[in-house]
Amino acid sequence: MKRREFLTVPAKSLGGLLVYSLAGEVIRLQAQEGVVHVPLRFFTEAEARTVQAACARIFPTDESGPGATEANVIVYIDHQLAGPWGSDKRRYTKGPWVESFPEHGYQGKESPQELYRAGLPKLGEDFVSLPPARQDERLRAIERTTFFQLLRTHTIEGMFSDPLHGGNAGLIGWQLVGFPGPQMSYREEIDKYHGMPYEAKPKSLEQVLGRKVQGWEDEKS
Amino acid sequence: MKRLKPVDVVIVGGGFTGLLMAKEITARTSHSVVILERGPARKNGQYAAGMDELDYAVRLKMMQNLANETLTHRHSSKASAVPVRQYGSFQPGTGTGGAAEHWGGLSYRFGPEIFRLGSDLRERHPGSKITDNVTAQDWGVTYDELEANYWRSEQMMGVSGKAGNLRGEKITGGNIFEGPRRQEYPLPPHKTSYVTSLFQKTALDAGYHPYPLPAATLSQAYKNPDGVSRAGCAYCGFCTRFGCMIGAKAQPTNLLLPLLEHKKNFTLRAGSQVRRVIHRDGMAEGVSYTDASGEEFEQPARIVILSSWTLNNSRLLLLSKLGEPYDPNTGKGTLGKNLTHQVSANIRFFLDKHLNNFMGAGGLGFGIDDFDGSNGFDAERGLLRGGTMRVQSSGEGPLQGFGRIPPEETKAQWGSEWKKASLKWHDKSTQIAFEGGHFPYRQNYMDLDPTYTDGFGDPLIRLTLDWTDHERAQANMAIRVSTELARRMGAKVGEARNLGTRYSVTFYQSTHVQGGTIMGASPDQSVVNPWLQHWKMPNLWITGGSTFPQSASGNPTLTILATTYRAADALIDRYFKHPGALA
Repeated sequence: MKRREFLTVPAKSLGGLLVYSLAGEVIRLQAQEGVVHVPLRFFTEAEARTVQAACARIFPTDESGPGATEANVIVYIDHQLAGPWGSDKRRYTKGPWVESFPEHGYQGKESPQELYRAGLPKLGEDFVSLPPARQDERLRAIERTTFFQLLRTHTIEGMFSDPLHGGNAGLIGWQLVGFPGPQMSYREEIDKYHGMPYEAKPKSLEQVLGRKVQGWEDEKS
Repeated sequence: MKRLKPVDVVIVGGGFTGLLMAKEITARTSHSVVILERGPARKNGQYAAGMDELDYAVRLKMMQNLANETLTHRHSSKASAVPVRQYGSFQPGTGTGGAAEHWGGLSYRFGPEIFRLGSDLRERHPGSKITDNVTAQDWGVTYDELEANYWRSEQMMGVSGKAGNLRGEKITGGNIFEGPRRQEYPLPPHKTSYVTSLFQKTALDAGYHPYPLPAATLSQAYKNPDGVSRAGCAYCGFCTRFGCMIGAKAQPTNLLLPLLEHKKNFTLRAGSQVRRVIHRDGMAEGVSYTDASGEEFEQPARIVILSSWTLNNSRLLLLSKLGEPYDPNTGKGTLGKNLTHQVSANIRFFLDKHLNNFMGAGGLGFGIDDFDGSNGFDAERGLLRGGTMRVQSSGEGPLQGFGRIPPEETKAQWGSEWKKASLKWHDKSTQIAFEGGHFPYRQNYMDLDPTYTDGFGDPLIRLTLDWTDHERAQANMAIRVSTELARRMGAKVGEARNLGTRYSVTFYQSTHVQGGTIMGASPDQSVVNPWLQHWKMPNLWITGGSTFPQSASGNPTLTILATTYRAADALIDRYFKHPGALA
């Protein structure tokens, strides 16, 4: 049995309230003190730290607003990899395995879990402790690999998917881009907000419905 | 194998046409009907918890599970095929309601000349080199013969739109290039979003004829002739690839299932994968299937109706050794021929304003058909038919929308510079999309793959399909016209998505794959007669896009429904009374 692994993150990234305007300016930031231990489903703590550091370079925290670290993208990726999608429960995985034209898409045998396990060592064991410029060099060296493309896609997904999937903590991604989340109706708005942004305080699906919603990764297969 | 009690009618597939056949038969006769649906059971009103872009629009939760069953593809009959391992240039549905649960709702009629495209090409372009390998043929049914059933389908769904051709009179504001309609649409068009109204104005200024897209997402509350009431669309934006949370989008689970589920002579068995049609001496005797627990059954029936998605109708006939497989070298055989997709291309354009792309409905938008059909094209320019162009606000969340940047802004794909540019341009772009009719060709067809199998060990369907110069010319024309229109809107023009040198399964194009069990006027040329009855097996009927001899530029669902209504009438009013070949 695998030892239970945890990732330690600042509490403010889970419970803090960060409000960004559409222009990306911080209006209010209310941080909580202390740390929280997040149980990991797929990664070891060392792997999680490396992924977290890589995501922070892909979608950095900088003058244009918060990034992958504040959104807890790492939790999202961990959950996805542990779920049915991470082990290719929805992909055709019968052989023979042959190489083909790029027009036939990814024909590799490795599942997303395996791509991560094979790809992470290429970033180096010291990746987390490197200065940002050196981390970027390492990432640029693998930019064309399937693993990097997956990591990049996952980072965006962890920023902007519903928080029920573990990322987009505090709806920070949706605040950043002015997405209101799932709303029941725009019947009165669609033909009024012509050429101007519709600004509404974002709500998650669970907030809109007032009940718990299970992501695909949490369903028993 | 367990043999079940015989029924009058067994239907393979609980999608739009299977449920429509079942509804017509059980409403007008006392015959017993069983539907076998491979996917999960679904009901109306279960979709609110599905307003999640990740699971539905990205992971495609409602689609066929490719781990169990996919298809293989190759570009020519000289190559060996590889499996499509993940989605995909098209997205077949599964489960009750099928793909019509998560469609966008665009409800076009096909133009009159599509139904006689074989004759039309011979008359207009005799001896043209372009049509050398084109196997277009007449359907055996004309637009005029189908018009009443188009209207019936529009009324059932409550299609919202504006007529552009009422009994031959051209009406400004509607689609003046459409075939003559006897009635105005059941409901008025949808509200408009900023970007769709900008496209409409710009297209008008350019001298074209923009029309509101005909949509089966209700523009207002509506009660159909079957007595089914639905609410008007709320433009929530969770539409295409989602089930509608309020039932405003026409879906089999809100239009047909409520009329069926309490009927004593109707049964729907979900999780039941039909694997063979059982037949002897030129008659179908039923089907065999495997249920979700792996148990095998035989369901005897007097009549078998195949209503599964395009590829599976052909696959089931091939697996059942029912009909002569098509041979592209000799042109003999009819099963698997005239495989078509659609020609799709688009350009992205950027405005300096927020578009609120997250609002909308699958069918909300404007189109122009000024370059559709054979309008203004000639063989000398290598182009015989065009297609339809449109701008839609169909609802797009940030997972799909983030990171769209004008090409000159930055080449970065990640990091601070990319993030800054992505934020700056977020929600400020959309696309002009083109959908063109795809000619059927001698070399494009489907058969069984000799290597790859599904979860049961049965061969997968194999698509042999590639583009020709004609499709490339269609796409190039579309990109040229759309680029001019985007410039006229004052937009920055972004990247164009063209067809590429080879057919690609890596990006979504449309789920409008057609052909394989085509209808026609003669048994040498087609699998089913114009009433969708199998030419050689009178108690076997086939519905859906697999019966279309060629694709049109418009979305096929409305024509699928209209031809199914026509088949239901023929089955109920003629076949049940006097069983035998109707043609």
